[in-house]
Amino acid sequence: MYELKPFSKVLYIDLSRRTSWVEERDDLVEEWLGGIGLGIQLLREENATSVDPLSPENPIILAVGPFNATYPLGSKTVALFKSPLTGNLGESYAGGRSSVAIKLAGYTAIVIRGASESPIYLAIHEDRVHFRDASALWGMSSSFTVGRVIAEREPRAGYRSILRIGPAGEKLVRYACVMVESFRHFGRLGLGAVFGSKKLKAIVISGRKALRVEDKIAYRKIYDRIFEKAVRSGLMKKYHELGTTMNVLPLNELGALPTRNLKSGRFDQAESISGEELASQVLGRRIACSGCPVACIHLAALREPYPHEPYFYKTIFISYDYELAYALGSMLGIGDREGFLKLLHVVESSGLDAMSTGVCLAWATEALERKVISEKETLVKLQWGDYGSYIKAVKMLIDQPNEFYGQLALGVENAAEHYGGKDFALAFGGNEMPGYHTGPAAYLGFLIGGRHSHLDNAGYSIDQKVREVLAPEELVESLIKEESWRMVLNSLVICLFARGIYDVDTVSEALDPLGIPIPPEELYRLGEDIYKQRYSLKIQMGFEPSSIKIPGRIFEVQTPHGTLEEEYFERALRHFNDILKEWDIL
Amino acid sequence: MAKRLSVKDSDLCVGCALCILACTRRFAEIGFGKSAIHVRSAGGMEKGFIVIVCRACLDPPCAKVCPEDALIPREGGGVVLKPDKCIGCGYCVEACPFGAIFWDDEVNKPVVCIYCGYCAKYCPYNVIALEEVR
Repeated sequence: MYELKPFSKVLYIDLSRRTSWVEERDDLVEEWLGGIGLGIQLLREENATSVDPLSPENPIILAVGPFNATYPLGSKTVALFKSPLTGNLGESYAGGRSSVAIKLAGYTAIVIRGASESPIYLAIHEDRVHFRDASALWGMSSSFTVGRVIAEREPRAGYRSILRIGPAGEKLVRYACVMVESFRHFGRLGLGAVFGSKKLKAIVISGRKALRVEDKIAYRKIYDRIFEKAVRSGLMKKYHELGTTMNVLPLNELGALPTRNLKSGRFDQAESISGEELASQVLGRRIACSGCPVACIHLAALREPYPHEPYFYKTIFISYDYELAYALGSMLGIGDREGFLKLLHVVESSGLDAMSTGVCLAWATEALERKVISEKETLVKLQWGDYGSYIKAVKMLIDQPNEFYGQLALGVENAAEHYGGKDFALAFGGNEMPGYHTGPAAYLGFLIGGRHSHLDNAGYSIDQKVREVLAPEELVESLIKEESWRMVLNSLVICLFARGIYDVDTVSEALDPLGIPIPPEELYRLGEDIYKQRYSLKIQMGFEPSSIKIPGRIFEVQTPHGTLEEEYFERALRHFNDILKEWDIL
Repeated sequence: MAKRLSVKDSDLCVGCALCILACTRRFAEIGFGKSAIHVRSAGGMEKGFIVIVCRACLDPPCAKVCPEDALIPREGGGVVLKPDKCIGCGYCVEACPFGAIFWDDEVNKPVVCIYCGYCAKYCPYNVIALEEVR
């Protein structure tokens, strides 16, 4: 049957009791749209502000919005939880088939409560929710294999999404990710560990419903306009051709590519891990998220001979992106392309967030170099560029054979707290840094962003577009403005690569035929409201903007805007605090 | 001449599902529920995709098993569905070796390609095209 209200059904699942039920949440959807706007309200309702992130009381919320399955590049799902890495707001986005599957299963959000006593996976096929035993899948070394096993066992290929954790999530590594369709991730802030703590190995969800719109003619018209922009305007060119690794060379040129734990902003071997070289040497296939014509997912085909069987080869496919070239390439001094890909493959199989892993290992390498720690801790000699020893170290992050790896599995800030070397432990708000040493806006963005991510407010983009350095107060305000607008985009929930397509007028016009009339100025107001709701929840969860630490390293290495000044950041953070106070959030 | 949808090169397919979404959008609806085309991975996305379309058989097996003559062979290949005659038995779905007959859960009847080519207009990589039957 058709959904009368296609955008307001929330599926609640209690893992402890193995029950599920559906609630119509028009009350929330009408006010908060979907995605992050809706998800923040659902998270608030779960009273999770003071819970232990790895306890059954920490909920997992998956939310989609009005544009998923509806318009091109409406391809993301937002996950909300309390982060076991930072101890405050956990917010992470993934594509793949997740958002379209959830939406066409008939849901706008899924709330998962409790924990299972033994390993399980959830199979959600529209109205049916199955709690399937996953004891046999628990402990498998590769997240890829887990996906294959579930893909073979469950029906409805092509209409479904398979979310799963690897061994990192089972072992509660605080930056374990959740893999989606093998090559996309809920990467950041440790959703994988939250799955692991609930003994939730995977979720498969399928849907093939048809949903009605209010104005059929207008819907098709605006769809076509957006489609034309997506495929012909050139707005998506950057992601379409070389993919995100096209950033490697320009950022390196600027001196903004963090290298060897940000001892430098330039990597002498950047060329070999650049989008250009990867495409010409190893690009083997391109794939797309459901609903996206861009196909930014670039898979490297790595052909490897078997060492003991002559004339036997295997070809493995590895998804590469800019952030990975940074975190597992330049940051570790790895310019050997095959070595970089091999390391990346191990990180992916393990189900670790690549950015956090790279930053943790980079810190460990420098700490070893400076004799802050010794090989007694690291067990292997970590050396810039030596991908073989990094592969061993990644495996030890999972197995945790000694206290050191146990500490490193809790995040770089924790490890530095324990062993020293805080000045070069590159985390912001507890989250390991993304690959942009572009200037003050990037770093201030990491500091004040709701999830301490480059995509919160795109400070890196301000750094690259605005030549002069803004006054700190002005910069804070422009970052808040961008992050507020992104609250709207993340409520729809579109891929942020499409932000150039979805300007405020387009969003307003595209909402209209769905029976959601919101004028442009109201959209801006909604974005600000969601920003405030989200930030106030973040603070209730324990975030203290005044006690946020800045690693000294960023002041030592020249950025494209020169050497950064601590005082600039102090002024900016003071202003940010004042704004939060003015809003009654602090 | 009759037209049919042809898969030009499935290795170019990126699995974006825009064709499936387009097929349901023929009726200005969102989703997969009215679609007569499907794409799924060939056993893991890294292995590429299988594109499933009605190939407009000259001697269509779906029509042969229909007990109510609701699927009428079309001149030049393929079939035309007469929904009034269809009793929703689903034999046609089983008879198609390509799995190219889909199901509309709402009306409990098959969804069969009408060879309109709307899906092909939204394929960003020209994987599929509407062509004259040769």
